Amino acid sequence: MTDRDTALAIAGLDKSYGRARVLDGIALDVAPGERVALLGHNGAGKSTLIKLVLGLVRPSGGSIRVAGHAPGSAPARAATAYLPEQVAFHRSLTGREQLTMFARLAGEHPRTVAPLLERVGLIDAADRRIGTYSKGMRQRLGLAQALLGRRRVALLDEPTSGLDPISRHDLYAVIDEMAANGTALLIASHALTELEARTDRIAIMAGGRLVADDSLGNLARAAALPTRIRLTAREGSAEAVQAELGGTRANGRAVELHCTTEQKMAQLARVAGLGDAVRDVEMIPPSLEDLYRHYCGEKTQ
Amino acid sequence: MIARTMAIAAAEFRIQTRNRWLASATVLMLLFALALTFAGSAPTGSLGVDLLTVAVASMTTLAVYLAPFLALMIAFDAVAGEAERGTLGLTLTYPLSRGEMLLGKFAAHLAVLATAIGLGLGAAGLAAWAAGGAGAASALALARLIATALLLGATFLALGYAASALSGSGAGAAGLAVGLWLVLVVLYDLGLLGALVFDDGGAFTSHVFPWLLAANPADAFRLWNVAGSQDVALVSGMAGAGAALPGWAAPLSLFLWPVLALGLARAAFARVEP
Repeated sequence: MTDRDTALAIAGLDKSYGRARVLDGIALDVAPGERVALLGHNGAGKSTLIKLVLGLVRPSGGSIRVAGHAPGSAPARAATAYLPEQVAFHRSLTGREQLTMFARLAGEHPRTVAPLLERVGLIDAADRRIGTYSKGMRQRLGLAQALLGRRRVALLDEPTSGLDPISRHDLYAVIDEMAANGTALLIASHALTELEARTDRIAIMAGGRLVADDSLGNLARAAALPTRIRLTAREGSAEAVQAELGGTRANGRAVELHCTTEQKMAQLARVAGLGDAVRDVEMIPPSLEDLYRHYCGEKTQ
Repeated sequence: MIARTMAIAAAEFRIQTRNRWLASATVLMLLFALALTFAGSAPTGSLGVDLLTVAVASMTTLAVYLAPFLALMIAFDAVAGEAERGTLGLTLTYPLSRGEMLLGKFAAHLAVLATAIGLGLGAAGLAAWAAGGAGAASALALARLIATALLLGATFLALGYAASALSGSGAGAAGLAVGLWLVLVVLYDLGLLGALVFDDGGAFTSHVFPWLLAANPADAFRLWNVAGSQDVALVSGMAGAGAALPGWAAPLSLFLWPVLALGLARAAFARVEP
């Protein structure tokens, strides 16, 4: 990829604080219109990576290009939108005043403010002081400022924290709209949830390294996590079922089997062969959380 | 650049008005200035000067303490408070330099100080004129007092930003601001006084001491106001120290200090990683 089609290009990025190595050889590219989820536990280095891309902190090694510019330079900042995890604006300003200030800093006309407040559902509270806003409303105001102007790159840090399900749904819509307009999105989060699953690619950080960077489907395939098959045996026949199929006894009547995706059909055929000794079958595919844990655990093993 | 600085200044000025800092600073200045003007009106007859002259001398003593204090109270939260709220990191991701941000706040805070000092000292001056008369000389002395008090306030605003940037938290910045005020406005003079007594009229007293006096912004403020008007010098009894210095020393110090202090604040701000 050249600079022109990579909105965000990170290569060999290192960051140390004293002797502590916080980031170690991070390489990550985000193309225009691409949505990438950046996952990792607290302290995995997500926030440090975001601050480096924003140019708030200087790297110890490696390179970052934001829309082809050095991070922190005026063109890079003009091209970058940022939604911090904790948005606490000044309580004495109204939402409209605060957003107008950001619009003027971004070089946008104050005229653009009202439609944005409308877009995030804050127009009725626009002239109330931010001190009276709920956490969700402050989060919406934060989102509104990230929508100012035409940004090439957007960095969203835990955008769903403090949002109720309806607001979360609105957030998905805003994110999809930004991507459709060609903005490259990097969405940092603690875990793999429904939002991150809707992104184009998933990057997982652990201990300052990037341990995974691929689409959800590819990650799931590569991880080859077992599907669990939970059988409920007829009274008294749980032992016979376990003797025949193996697996573990979960309680008095349940037997749990683990199998790969390829073995699944063969196992089901064997279950069917047991006739009425099995009363019920439940299939549990690997969850998003299992997948996330798998990749985070890889580093510590 | 101007547009971005003005955007910060406009928001900051609103915050100061809504915090009621503008109102309380103005009321504070006004009350003290009026009280001093009328409490200090006794010596007019014996010295043969008008009431406004006496009032300017009293208000010089007031402003030397109050202008730095008000400035530091307004300024100490400028960087540390934003860092604590998390808005500093967000604001700095916009195409806004740290210098522009600092200048925007400085413009807003200076406007607050100008209102408080101008209204407070101006109203007391008007009252003195109405009650005891004023001449062209004493009116000029009042104008000079207001202008120099603003320069002094500007210096301490910038020093407040430096303190705010150097200490990580709002509470730490408040402590550092009080410390700055004590050292520059109170302890510095006490130290010089001690040195004078120890020196007992030697070379230090005649050659070094006046320059040390001019080097401190608060003392430079006093010197300029005293040296600027014969009558004020007569009333305040500070003519001796100023006489040993060239006339440009105190004004130069008072003009240089805000610039230097802003430079210092900018350097301290550069080290902040939000």
